[in-house]
Amino acid sequence: MKITVKLFAIFRNDRFKIEDREFPNESTVGDVLTSLGIDHPELGVALVNARHVTLATVVTDGQTLSLFPKVGGG
Amino acid sequence: MNRIFRVNMKDLTCKIEEVPEAWAGHGGRGLTSTIVAAEVPPTCHPLGPNNKLVFAPGLLTGTPAAQSGRMSCGAKSPLTGGIKESNSGGTSAQQFAKLGIKAMIIEDKPEAGKWYELHINNDGVTFHDASALKGLQNFDVIDAMNAKYSTKIGVCTIGIPGEERLMSANISVKDSDQKIRSHGRGGMGAVMGSKGIKVMTIDDSAGKRVEIADKDKFRAAAKVFAKAMLDHPVTGEGLPIYGTNVLINILNEAGGLPTKNFLYGQCDHHDKVSGETMHDVIASRGGSTKHGCHAGCIIQCSQVYVDENKEYITSGFEYETVWGLGINCMIESLDDCARIDNAMDNIGIDSIEGAVLLGVAMEAGVLPWGDGKEALRLMNEEIGKATPLGRILGNGTKSVGDAYGLTRVPVVKGQGIPAYDPRSVKGIGITYATSTMGADHTAGYSIATNILQVGGHIDPLVKEGQVELSRNLSIATAAVDSTGMCIFIAFPALDIPECLPALIDMINARYGITLDGDDVVGLGKSILKTEKAFNEAAGMNNAHDRLPEFFELEPIPPHNVVWDFTPEEIDEFWNF
Repeated sequence: MKITVKLFAIFRNDRFKIEDREFPNESTVGDVLTSLGIDHPELGVALVNARHVTLATVVTDGQTLSLFPKVGGG
Repeated sequence: MNRIFRVNMKDLTCKIEEVPEAWAGHGGRGLTSTIVAAEVPPTCHPLGPNNKLVFAPGLLTGTPAAQSGRMSCGAKSPLTGGIKESNSGGTSAQQFAKLGIKAMIIEDKPEAGKWYELHINNDGVTFHDASALKGLQNFDVIDAMNAKYSTKIGVCTIGIPGEERLMSANISVKDSDQKIRSHGRGGMGAVMGSKGIKVMTIDDSAGKRVEIADKDKFRAAAKVFAKAMLDHPVTGEGLPIYGTNVLINILNEAGGLPTKNFLYGQCDHHDKVSGETMHDVIASRGGSTKHGCHAGCIIQCSQVYVDENKEYITSGFEYETVWGLGINCMIESLDDCARIDNAMDNIGIDSIEGAVLLGVAMEAGVLPWGDGKEALRLMNEEIGKATPLGRILGNGTKSVGDAYGLTRVPVVKGQGIPAYDPRSVKGIGITYATSTMGADHTAGYSIATNILQVGGHIDPLVKEGQVELSRNLSIATAAVDSTGMCIFIAFPALDIPECLPALIDMINARYGITLDGDDVVGLGKSILKTEKAFNEAAGMNNAHDRLPEFFELEPIPPHNVVWDFTPEEIDEFWNF
């Protein structure tokens, strides 16, 4: 299945901003992180279609997954 | 810090008083709000003789504690009609602390047309004719004061909008790079202007090191506290690299980024003005991606933004300003946004109010959407010169909406709503509604838990838990605002168990006292209640704790949600 992955902040370093990538069916957010070489504790926020999800959330074909390290401001 | 400087602008005197017992445990916001509540008649005109302008460094300011160099400024606000505390970086807080000034209270006003420089040193305050400075904007005032004294002189100044008492006028505080930090929100510059004060200069050369009751205990706690700042990924890594503007992309992805005067929750060109892009632009041009707003800051969330020739454009270019210009006004050029930010520093208006009012002005047709060049001209030539149009604009977002008969006017208690949409980030909506300061994201920064997943997570789109979240954060923030600490210490404080106890230990070691966590919570509660009581005596009631109606009527994409809290649910905030 095809997932659009968007990376932000330091996750972009040596990777990309946005790419369509193929993943096996039933892949989780954690699986996507692993495939990108990102340690799971590095994750700050994951969003699918503008909703917060967890490492265990299963992504489905055609979704957009946005991944952020721990960031803040204000 | 054991002295109160009481300045009278009518007879041009300064009395040096001892600190009353009731004020001894206060600092920063707690002290300015306590003094304003005790001494300012709540129904007075904010620009009249009975309002008072109060400055107070925090409880820990002047110590070696990291992040402790913030100065609070308080008064009755001409923008909100209620109590106001606005805190700023720069050098003034640490200079006050060094001079032992726990607070400076400025009373009354001189005869119309008189302008003064207040020169503050170890002996008190002297009054100097500043008529030659009238009509200068902030950077020229700073240059004039640096030439008169030296670059070490502390400077707090107003531009022409402050002289003309426009309600978006701020008080600009010189930082250690001779640039500007601001008491931004609530029109404190108008109050300073109403008192005939063009500039305050601070000479701390005869000051002393702040005394610490238990140096060993302080040193140990300060070490733990600083370690927490550096260990937390937000304060130790995210903020130093990308600055506060890292929030553009995450708010966009979450659908909470108010776009085109709060019409949409996402913006197609978000990455053109994002923190990631800003970092790359600054780095490629040889600017500085790290900068602290005061000595002793180890987070360094600020930056120096330069042009392609490495010439300074602006600094202290924060998320809310970039959002307001780049997203809410649709100005896609980050350079244009930076030049407008610098213009707001120079003329001396709040860069949040300035950006939000521009969005309403664009909706009114005063200027086209996205027109950065015209926005810059309006700042410099209209607001900056207080022309008739400049007065309509410079009196703030509500003024623009009223003048042009609009309904999508994002304000609470007259103050412009910043960079997070309350329909799709509901916790911050409760903070906007209930804050004693008017719409103020810093008053109870629910974004941390709603969006950033710091201190746990509460779904931003559900109602449950938001009132309690906002209440708890607002109480904690009132207490933190009393310490002189930067608000970003909240990120490690929410996640690292040793952080908050270390902060309390530093206060105890500084003063030789024994506060505990409950005392600090009690302090926060009592500050909020003091501020609310002032606002009620000034004529406000629960109906002022509401968001503008358009949030209930206009669903915001992508979630297509409205603001759906009942009045009773909002009022539960005050149930403590």
